[in-house]
Order: sequence, then structure tokens, then C-alpha cells
Amino acid sequence: MAKIIVITSGKGGVGKTTSSASISTGLALKGHKTVVIDFDVGLRNLDLIMNCERRVVYDFVNVINGEATLNQALIKDKHNENLYILPASQTRDKDALTQDGVEKVLNELSERFDFIICDSPAGIEHGAQMALYFADEAIVVTNPEVSSVRDSDRILGILQSKSRRAENGESVKEHLLLTRYNPIRVEKGEMLSVDDVKEILAIKLLGVIPESQSVLSSSNSGVPVIHDQSTDAGQAYDDAVERLLGAEKPQRFITNEKKGFFKRMFKGAATA
Amino acid sequence: MSFLDYFKSTKKNTASIAKERLQIIVAHERGQREQPDYLPMLQKEILEVIRKYVSINQDQVQVQLDKNDDCSVLELNVMLPE
Repeated sequence: MAKIIVITSGKGGVGKTTSSASISTGLALKGHKTVVIDFDVGLRNLDLIMNCERRVVYDFVNVINGEATLNQALIKDKHNENLYILPASQTRDKDALTQDGVEKVLNELSERFDFIICDSPAGIEHGAQMALYFADEAIVVTNPEVSSVRDSDRILGILQSKSRRAENGESVKEHLLLTRYNPIRVEKGEMLSVDDVKEILAIKLLGVIPESQSVLSSSNSGVPVIHDQSTDAGQAYDDAVERLLGAEKPQRFITNEKKGFFKRMFKGAATA
Repeated sequence: MSFLDYFKSTKKNTASIAKERLQIIVAHERGQREQPDYLPMLQKEILEVIRKYVSINQDQVQVQLDKNDDCSVLELNVMLPE
């Protein structure tokens, strides 16, 4: 039986797809058979972030409609044999994902994989509800910014009332992933702190991903940032994956580390 | 504005403003979320019953469900015109 984890947020542009790519890659790198599904019907993008956009032949909706088998639609990751991608359909029919269809595909994947990562679309419409409905756990991606925090709380409400687990009287395990965090701005009082967001949303912190230039360059090249362990964001995602698997790791990248003289002098030399 | 104010930092701590605003709106929205689905319908029907006898507006009837530890209290507030 696979564990189904939805990556969701309510608000768009906070880093759901980036996080889905890195977390699924991280799980695969640690030896777990992982499949990541793009639920954003009509706005497929996970394929681009994971550099398999030119290998998409069949998609999620094709499998649901019986136009292709799972084996035909699943794309094997070039970097890791434990990782597969199931791309979203580019159809404009937003109700293409039926609940029964999604359940059938998830059941089939469940027999072959350890983890199923569901990359949710933004919003609280049908696609987002389908992505979270079958989840055992949820990673709520949030930016330290008012509209993102409010929307995250809204999504938490939906997880607690409209997911399959909620309907069966159980609960979905909720994790907070705070992204685009800037400790310098937090110190100046310009940005909500980790503790502020934790206090407002009242869920367990999975990790803090610092605002980092490496995130854009990794999506430019289609290599999830977790592959580059010399970057702060890459290390932060690796920590988050370890915690997801149950390890206790202290939070890093939440304070503004003042670089010493030697570190500054030799940083260039070390990475050159 | 006094002379000394000129030297004070005029930069506000906007993060704490954000936190305060969020705490208020999130608490309010959570309260609404916990209301059962039938509440608006209940409010409408109560209004119709009262209207058989007295002429009142929608905003003069308020229905609210408060949850305590071991019981829920349905509070019904009707403002009758003078």
C-alpha cells in the first residue's frame, strides 16, 4: 500500500510544483518507489519542471478514460529509476478528472509504489479537491505573506471536511512547508516569521525553504533543486524529505547566518 | 509632529501588523467554517414564520451556533420593531 501525499496551498505561485518535484525526487533518491501526479488539468507544468515535457505521449485523463494504460502514460525519470511522472492532460474540460477514475488510477499505482505525490492545482475547485480527496497526508505550501497564509487555512478547512479521511471520521496528517523564506527581512520586521505562521495555522512544521536563486535556475534547466546539494534550497528540501520519513532534524536556514571572513574569502574558490 | 519625531525611525514593523490582521480574519473564517450547512436555511424559515405575525427584515433575525466542550448552544436573536 502506498502512502498518498497531496502538495497543496490554495494560493497559486507559492511553489507547489517546485516542491512536488523536489520532494518526489528526494523520496526516490532515498530508495522509495515514488510516482508524482500532476493534477493541474489544462495547465500542465510538472513535466517542464522535471524535464520530461518532450516525452509526454499519454496523460492522466487518457488513463482514466481507458485510452491508454498506466504503463504507457508513466514517464520514467532520467535521473532516478525509482521515480515516475504521470503528466496532467491539457484538455480544457476541467471535469475530466472523475472521482471514480482518480480512485481507480490511485489504487493501481498503490500496488506498485511506496509513495504517490499529488501535485494540486491552485484554487479550491474540482481539480484541487480531487488532488486532496484521497490523501493520507498533506503538505501545505505557504509563503510568509498574508494572502498565502489565509488561503492555506482555507485549504486546511477543506482537508478537515471534504477529504475521504475526514468523511470516514479520520484525519489527514498535515504538514507546513514554508517557502520563499527570507530571514534577513524577518529580522527587519518586514516578513512574517516561521513562528508567526506556525502560530496562526497551528500545524506541524515540515520545513522552511529559503528564498533562493537556485530555485529559478533549477527550473530553468529542469533539474529539481534537491539534486544540487550545494544550494541552501536543495539542502532544505532534503531535510524536509528526511522529516517526512520520520527523522528528527533541526531547522536550518531560519536565521540570518553572518558569514565569517574566511567563509566569505573561500566560498568563491570552493564552488568554482 | 515634534522635532524629536524627525529622528525616530518611521519604519513600522509591518510583519506584526500582518500577524495581527491574519489572526483576526482566520479566527473569524474558522468560526464560520464550523457552522453547519443547514444554518442559513434555518434562519430563512424562522424569518418566514415570524413574518406571518410581525413585519421584520432579514437582518433582524440572527441565528448562531456556539460550540462548548460538551454541548452546542443555538442562539436565536430576533429584533422586533417598536
